[in-house]
Amino acid sequence: MDTRTQEFLEYVQAGGQVETTDWMPDEYRSKLVKFIEMHGNSELMGVLPERDWILRAPTLQRKLALTAKIQDEVGHAQLIYRVVEDLGKPRTACLDDLASGKAKFHNVFHYPTKTWGDVGVIAWLVDAAAIVSQKALLKCSYAPYARIMKKICWEESFHILHGRDVILAMVTGTDEQFALVQEALDRWWEPLMHFHGNPIPAEEDPMYVWRIKSQGNEAARQEFLDGYVPQIRELGLTIPDPALEKNEESGVWSYSEPDWEKLRSVVTGHGPASQERLGFRRLSREDVAWVERTVLADAA
Amino acid sequence: MVFEVFRQERKGQPFQHAGTVTAPDESFAEIYAREQYGRRQESVALWLVPREALHQISEFPDEFEMKYRRVDGYSIKARLREAREKAGTLEMAPGGEAGE
Repeated sequence: MDTRTQEFLEYVQAGGQVETTDWMPDEYRSKLVKFIEMHGNSELMGVLPERDWILRAPTLQRKLALTAKIQDEVGHAQLIYRVVEDLGKPRTACLDDLASGKAKFHNVFHYPTKTWGDVGVIAWLVDAAAIVSQKALLKCSYAPYARIMKKICWEESFHILHGRDVILAMVTGTDEQFALVQEALDRWWEPLMHFHGNPIPAEEDPMYVWRIKSQGNEAARQEFLDGYVPQIRELGLTIPDPALEKNEESGVWSYSEPDWEKLRSVVTGHGPASQERLGFRRLSREDVAWVERTVLADAA
Repeated sequence: MVFEVFRQERKGQPFQHAGTVTAPDESFAEIYAREQYGRRQESVALWLVPREALHQISEFPDEFEMKYRRVDGYSIKARLREAREKAGTLEMAPGGEAGE
C-alpha cells in the first residue's frame, strides 16, 4: 500500500468522510461501487415480492399503504443508483448487470411471498433488519451515500410501523389470521438470520476496514435480535429456533448456526424465486423502455 | 443532466444538500425532486442547481501564514502567567495556576 492510500485509510478509520470530487484509492472506489450498487439492486428487486400483493391487499387502506411503500423503495433505488453513477458506473450498466444475473441483490428478495402474513413479516422484520444495516451507513466514510441514507432510514422506519400494524391486526384477529403470521415467521426466520451475513470478524471485512459500514455483521445481527426477539415473543409468536437464547450476563444472543452455504447459493441466483424475479425485471425493463425513449426525445 | 438538490426543512433554516436527481431538463428535474424530497411535507423549499452551474472551491492556501487571523495565532497562557507574576497575583489566579 502506498503512502497516499495508507493516509487515506487512516483518515477514514478515524471517522473522516470523503466527497465525490476528493481523491480516493481505486480499491476504495470499487468497493464502494460494489456495495452501493448491491444496495440499489436490492431496493429495486425488493418491490417485487410486495408488488404481488397490491391487487390482493385485504383493504383499500392497506392497498394504498403498500403502494406507497413500494414507491418509496423504488425512490431509494433511484437515489442510490445516482450515487453509484457519480462514482463512475452508469445506471444503465447497473440495470444491465442486474438483469443478466451478474450483479447481486439481497438474500431476502429471492423468496416468494405466499400469504398476506408474509407481507406483514417483510414490512416489519425484513425492514427492521434492513434499518439496522442502514443506520450503520449513516456514518459511512463516503459522505454522499451517508447523506441520502438519512432520508432512506426515515422512510424505512415508517415502513416498520406499517408492517407492525399489519401484524398486530392479524395476531388480534381470528385463529386463522394468527396462524398466517406464525407460518410466515417460520418461513422468514432463516432468511432473517442470513440477512446480516456470516459472522466474519469486522477487522477482516473490507467494507468495515474502509468504513463503508460502521459495524460488523455479527454486531448487526445481535442488535436486530436484541431489538426484535422480545417484540416477536410478546405477541405470542414462536421463533422457530429452540437454541435462540440471550445470555443475561454477557447480553449476547446464541442461536443455531445458519446454513451459510445456503445463503451463498441463494444470493448467486439459486433461491426459490431468484429466476422468476430476474425474468420479471427483464420483462418490465423492456415494457417501459418506450417511456425513457419518449422522455429523452421530448427533452432533446 | 444531473441536478444537485438542496432542501430547507423549516422556514428560517439553512438549505442543506440532500442528494441529486438525473433528469433530461428542468421540468422533469422538478417532478423528480418533488417526489424524492417533498412528497411527505418534509421540506418547505427546494433548490435545484444544474451540476455544471456549481463553482466549487476547495483549496485554501495560506502562504503567508496569517496566523493573526486565527485562534492558534495567539498563545495567551504564557503571557498571562508572566503578567500575573509581574503583578504579584499568581496566588489568586483561578484554575490551578496558583499551585504551580
